[in-house]
Amino acid sequence: MIEIRNLTKMYGSFAALQDVNISIGKGTVFGFVGPNGAGKSTTMSILATLLSPTSGSAKVGGYEVTDYPQEVRKLIGYMPDFFGVYDQFKTTEYLHFYGASYGIPRQEREQLIPQLLELVNLSDKQDVYVDSLSRGMKQRLCLARCLVHDPEVLILDEPASGLDPRARIEMREILKELKLMGKTIIISSHILPELAEMVDEIGVIEHGRMVAQGKVSEIQNRLRVKRVLHIRVLERAEELAGQLRDELHVSQVLCDETGVHVHFGGGDTEQSALLTNILSSGYQVVSFHEAQSNLEDVFLEITKGGGANELA
Amino acid sequence: MNWRNMVMNPVLDKEFRLRMRSPRSAITILAYVLVMGLFAMGIIYVLTSTGMTSSRVDSGTSRLMFYALSIAQLVLIAFMTPALTAGVISGEREKQTLNMLLTTQQSSSAIILSKLVSSLSFMTLIIVATLPVYSIVFLYGGVSTGQLLLVFLFYLFVMLLLGAIGVCFSTIFKKTIFAVIMTYGAGLVIFLFTGIAYLFAMSIDQANYYSSGAPVRAYSWVGYILGLNPAGALISIFEPSFSESAFFVQRSNLQSSAPIALWQQFLLVYSVVIVIMLWIAIRKIRPVRGRRRSKAGQVVQAASDIRHEDSVELPPQPEELKQMEKIEPKATEREK
Repeated sequence: MIEIRNLTKMYGSFAALQDVNISIGKGTVFGFVGPNGAGKSTTMSILATLLSPTSGSAKVGGYEVTDYPQEVRKLIGYMPDFFGVYDQFKTTEYLHFYGASYGIPRQEREQLIPQLLELVNLSDKQDVYVDSLSRGMKQRLCLARCLVHDPEVLILDEPASGLDPRARIEMREILKELKLMGKTIIISSHILPELAEMVDEIGVIEHGRMVAQGKVSEIQNRLRVKRVLHIRVLERAEELAGQLRDELHVSQVLCDETGVHVHFGGGDTEQSALLTNILSSGYQVVSFHEAQSNLEDVFLEITKGGGANELA
Repeated sequence: MNWRNMVMNPVLDKEFRLRMRSPRSAITILAYVLVMGLFAMGIIYVLTSTGMTSSRVDSGTSRLMFYALSIAQLVLIAFMTPALTAGVISGEREKQTLNMLLTTQQSSSAIILSKLVSSLSFMTLIIVATLPVYSIVFLYGGVSTGQLLLVFLFYLFVMLLLGAIGVCFSTIFKKTIFAVIMTYGAGLVIFLFTGIAYLFAMSIDQANYYSSGAPVRAYSWVGYILGLNPAGALISIFEPSFSESAFFVQRSNLQSSAPIALWQQFLLVYSVVIVIMLWIAIRKIRPVRGRRRSKAGQVVQAASDIRHEDSVELPPQPEELKQMEKIEPKATEREK
């Protein structure tokens, strides 16, 4: 659905994007991760036909964005990271305006808008001036606005920025629903860990270059994010800790009242072997489990590396 | 598509609704009419109490009042229009609503023209609201309805001119305040600079003409400068003979007349300016224009544009390569 090839955007001699390549299939939810100023918004602006790239190509639904912007605009719903609303509009009028701007006839809009408000949980606010909505509500209204023309692709730039936890959860629920509707979604967010379960693929961008890209699990493996194993034994915890320090793939061992925490660098096979070892040594194991490393760890791992390189 | 849909596009509809919902619009109209009213009262007071020996108002005095009012109105329009139009695009940009508007299906020209038309409609509403002030003049006669109509059409044109400049600057400059200042600057050039330039050129031309004893000529070129001035053009609508005196047409020769009426020249020259300004605004509002598939020639044009941009942007590439080399090994290090 989205093909980005060697995309470069220069501001003078500063490269906001350098040879970025991204390929996103239909119906995929793509999480775009990276520190502030890494080029996420720039990429999204180019896809939304708001910025022309210096070189390279970006295609949405087979249409080159610089050549056929009008066709691309039909396909995408774009939500910028910062946006304003027309304060003097009522909620329904706001959606009517954008609906009309996409050429949707009034009769259709009359039916569509209540459905959209329902989707973003704003049905009870339809006669309220946009001005009086809370930040989370405005964010959801803006999401509804992206959906008026039923686009196949959603480009959401930080849709949950500045929201309180409750509003974030609401936003996440809506996004899940959109995923079920089969939309292709590109989402950049700093609450990506929370979105981990719904994101199919992630792309990590740093200093305008793609650092990593692929399925969440693949990236975790590729970057060899260390697993943390929690082991609880009935007795001899200290002794176990001492023994584990000599094991292969083990980099760090901590021992406290809750059990032994092992930073483990091996894969599933090695992990299984480790458990066999422990059991054969006669320890009475109560539990042996892997602390789930999430997207946040991946993100920190990747960007930490980048930061270190930057310092070097 | 019916007539209403043709005229009322969504952007225009939005502009009309939102403008009339803000209390500022009502206050603006009130303030404007108040200022015009005070002007009118002042003019009436001056013309009836002092200077004139007779206390009655004849049609000549009435006409004078009409001219004075019309010039005052012109000056007020020159002040109001930039304030109304120079923020239409940059204001949306500052309110962060422009990007969302630009990703809709609305064409660039629809956005620009709707913004212009809505601002000018409001301006027209203000002018119409001052009609009662004009009725004072009508009370005494001396002015025809036709003249009044012509003057209002002329106002419309001046508003269109300043509005087109305002919208264009609003599109080009990121900040509203800068766009407003630039538009006032342009207004100052059109209103004041042309007038001063005319007086200057006239005195030099006349001095040269009489001192050199050059052969008799039909007219002097300096009139063309006054033709660029709205006040000059407006007066030439009131008094057709004004064009001749502006061009210093030789009265001795009955055949000779002004090469062009001042207001005609004004319309011609500034029509071109309006078209250019709007064309720039429409082209500049969206950075990505795309190819027009309707005409083969334009596709080639667009393609060559892209190639041209590429060649302009090429120089930073060696640096870019160096940076890539710098970063590349690190990436592989991380892989290990």
